[in-house]
Amino acid sequence: MDTFGLLAQGLVSALQWQNLIYAFIGVTLGTAVGVLPGIGPALTVALLLPVTYKLDPGGSLIMFAGIYYGGMYGGSTTSILLNTPGESTSIVTAIEGNKMARAGRGGPALATAAIGSFVAGLIATLALAFIAPWVVKFALSFGPSDYFALMVLAFVTVSAAFGDSALRGLTSLFIGLGLGLIGIDLQSGQTRLAFGIPDLLDGIEVTTLAVALFAIGETLKTCGDPEQFKEEVLAVKGSVWMTIEDWRRSWPAWLRGTAIGFPIGAMPAGGADVSSFLAYSAEKTFSKKPEEFGKGAIEGVAGPEAANNASAAGTLVPLLTLGLPTTATAAIMLAGFQQFGLQPGPLLFANNAPLVWALIASLLVANLMLLVLNLPLIGMWVRLLTIPKHWLYAGILVFATLGTIGANSTMSIAIGPVRLSFELILLLVFGVLGYILRRYSYPIAPVVVGLILGPMAEQQLRRALAISQGDWSVLFHTPISLVLYAVAIVAVGLPITLRLRGRGAVLHQLASDED
Amino acid sequence: MSESHKQSSRPDGAAFVIAAILAGLALVIIWQTSQMRVLPVQAKVGPTVFPYLVAGGMLVLAVGTVISGLRHGLPVRTPDNIRPILWVVGGLVAQILLLSTAGFSIATGFLFALTARGFGRGKLWQTIPIGMVFGLIVWFIFAKGLQLSLPQGPIERFLTTGNL
Repeated sequence: MDTFGLLAQGLVSALQWQNLIYAFIGVTLGTAVGVLPGIGPALTVALLLPVTYKLDPGGSLIMFAGIYYGGMYGGSTTSILLNTPGESTSIVTAIEGNKMARAGRGGPALATAAIGSFVAGLIATLALAFIAPWVVKFALSFGPSDYFALMVLAFVTVSAAFGDSALRGLTSLFIGLGLGLIGIDLQSGQTRLAFGIPDLLDGIEVTTLAVALFAIGETLKTCGDPEQFKEEVLAVKGSVWMTIEDWRRSWPAWLRGTAIGFPIGAMPAGGADVSSFLAYSAEKTFSKKPEEFGKGAIEGVAGPEAANNASAAGTLVPLLTLGLPTTATAAIMLAGFQQFGLQPGPLLFANNAPLVWALIASLLVANLMLLVLNLPLIGMWVRLLTIPKHWLYAGILVFATLGTIGANSTMSIAIGPVRLSFELILLLVFGVLGYILRRYSYPIAPVVVGLILGPMAEQQLRRALAISQGDWSVLFHTPISLVLYAVAIVAVGLPITLRLRGRGAVLHQLASDED
Repeated sequence: MSESHKQSSRPDGAAFVIAAILAGLALVIIWQTSQMRVLPVQAKVGPTVFPYLVAGGMLVLAVGTVISGLRHGLPVRTPDNIRPILWVVGGLVAQILLLSTAGFSIATGFLFALTARGFGRGKLWQTIPIGMVFGLIVWFIFAKGLQLSLPQGPIERFLTTGNL
C-alpha cells in the first residue's frame, strides 16, 4: 500500500474518540509543561510512563507525542512573556519575542509563534510520513556493524557535535554508558557492576535517571541560584492579531524555519535547539530590515519557532525507523515503546503498521488541536506563569517521587525497623548528580541517551564481532558504516575547527542541555 | 547566557576533582569487570568487552579534563547558595525515611514543606499540613483512581477502612 493509503488509514484510527482524548490530554499537558519554566517534555513523558503502564499502548504513545509537540508550542509563550525560556529550544525566541512583548506587541509575537509552529508541524509531519517508509526500506539492509556505526554517530551528535565543549558532552555520554553497564548482561546471563545489590540486577531504570536529572537536578539548581527572583511576567497588551505586514514578513520565515529544522532533526544532527539557533541566523541574514533585529523583529520569532517544531517532527524519523533516539525526549519515548514491548525500528513498520501510522496521523491532529489551544486560550496559559515558585517546585518534586514510587514500590532496604525504597534513594543520588552536572555546565541529555542507547550499541557490536569471530575490522567493512563514521568525524571535527578559528562564540550560544 | 560560559584563565580545582572522580569510576568498572569469570569462547566478544571500552573512554576523558583544567578551566560560575539546596535534599531524605511507616501523605507533606522552605517560604507549621492534604489528594487520584501502588500510613488506612 502506498503512503497515502497508510496515512489515510492512520487518520481514521487517530480520529477514534479514545485516541482523540489521548491526543488532547497530551497536547494540554505538553503546553502546560512547555509554559512552566523548569519542566520540559522529557521530564513529563518520564513521569507519565509508570502511570500509563496499564493503559492502551497506541493511546499512550499518541499522548507522549502530543506532549512532545505541545512542549514546543508552550515554550515560546514563556520566552516571549518572561524572557526565561520554558524549555531550552526557545532560548532564541526570547531574543526577539521578549523585545516585541516589551514594545506592546506580545500578541502578534505569540500569534506568529503559534501559527508558525502549526505550519512547520504540518509540513514536517507530512515529510515524516513520506520519508519514513523510504528510510525503513534502506534500514532493512543494515547489518549489525552498520547499526553500531549509526549508534556511534548518534552518540557523537548528541554529545559532542554542537554545544560548547565536546569534552564535557562526551563525559556526560560516558557517565550514561557506564550506568548502562549495570545489571545482568542479557546475552551471557552474567551480572555486571551490581555490587551484590538485588535491586541493581535489572539495571538502572531510564525513567528514574531522567526524572532525577531533570526534575530533582533542576530544582536543586534553581533554589541554589541567587538570581532566581529577578523575573517579571509581561502582560499581553494591544491587539493579539497579526497585521498584514506581520503576515507578509512571517510566512517566508516559517517556511525557511521548517526547511532548516526538519533535516537537522531527522539527520540526526542535534536537537531542536540547534535548529532554532540556525534559523535565527538565517532570518538575520535574509531580512530586508536587519536593523530591527535585537529590537523585536517578527521574523526572529517566526523562523526559530517553526524550526524547533519541524525538528521535533524530524527527530521522530530516526526514532521510529531506526530505533535511534537523538534527544532526551526521544530517548524516553523509546523507553515508552519498550515498556509496551514494542521495539522501534524497521520491523515496527512491518509488524505494527497500524500503530505507527495512527501515531503519525495523530500528530497532524495534535498539531491542529495545539493551534486552537494556543491562539484563543493564550490568556489561560499565561496565568500558569504566575504560580509562585515555591509551590511550583514543591509540586514538581511530589510528582517526581510519585512516579518513581509508582513504578517500583518495593521497600527493599532495611535500616533497623525502618524500610526504605531503593528506587527513591537512587532518585536522590542521581538528582544530586544532575545538580553537579548543571553546576559545571555538563549537558544532561547525553547521560540519558547513553543509558538507553549504550546497551543497544553493545548488542550490535557483539553481534558484529560474533559474526566475524572477533575480528574488529568487520566494523569498517561496509560502505554504509564507512560513510556514517565519516559523518561522525565531521560532526566532531567541524565545531573544533570553528572554535579554533575564533567562531567559538556561535557555539557557546548553541550550547544548552535539555530535551 | 554567554557570560556564564566564559572560561577562567587559571587552573581550576573543580576540574581536577571531576577528573579524579571519572578516573575512579573507570577503575571501579575495570576492577569489577576483571573479577568476572568469562568462558574462553567469550573472551573476544563476551560481556567484558564493552565495559573495558567504556572504562577506557572514561580514562581518556579524565586526562582530557585535567588538561583543560590546566589550560582554561571550567566555565565561570556564580556561587550557589548551599542552604536552600540542603533544605530540598532534606525534604527528599525525610520522605525516604518516613514513607514506609508514616505512609505517602505524611512523608510527602514533609517533602513538600521542606522544598517550599528551600524556595524561601518559611513557616513549616503551615506548609507541612498543606503538603499532607496535597499528598492525600494525589494519593487518592493515583492509588485509588489509577491503581498505582503507593504506601499506606495511618491517614490513608483511617480514610479507607475507618481504623488506624
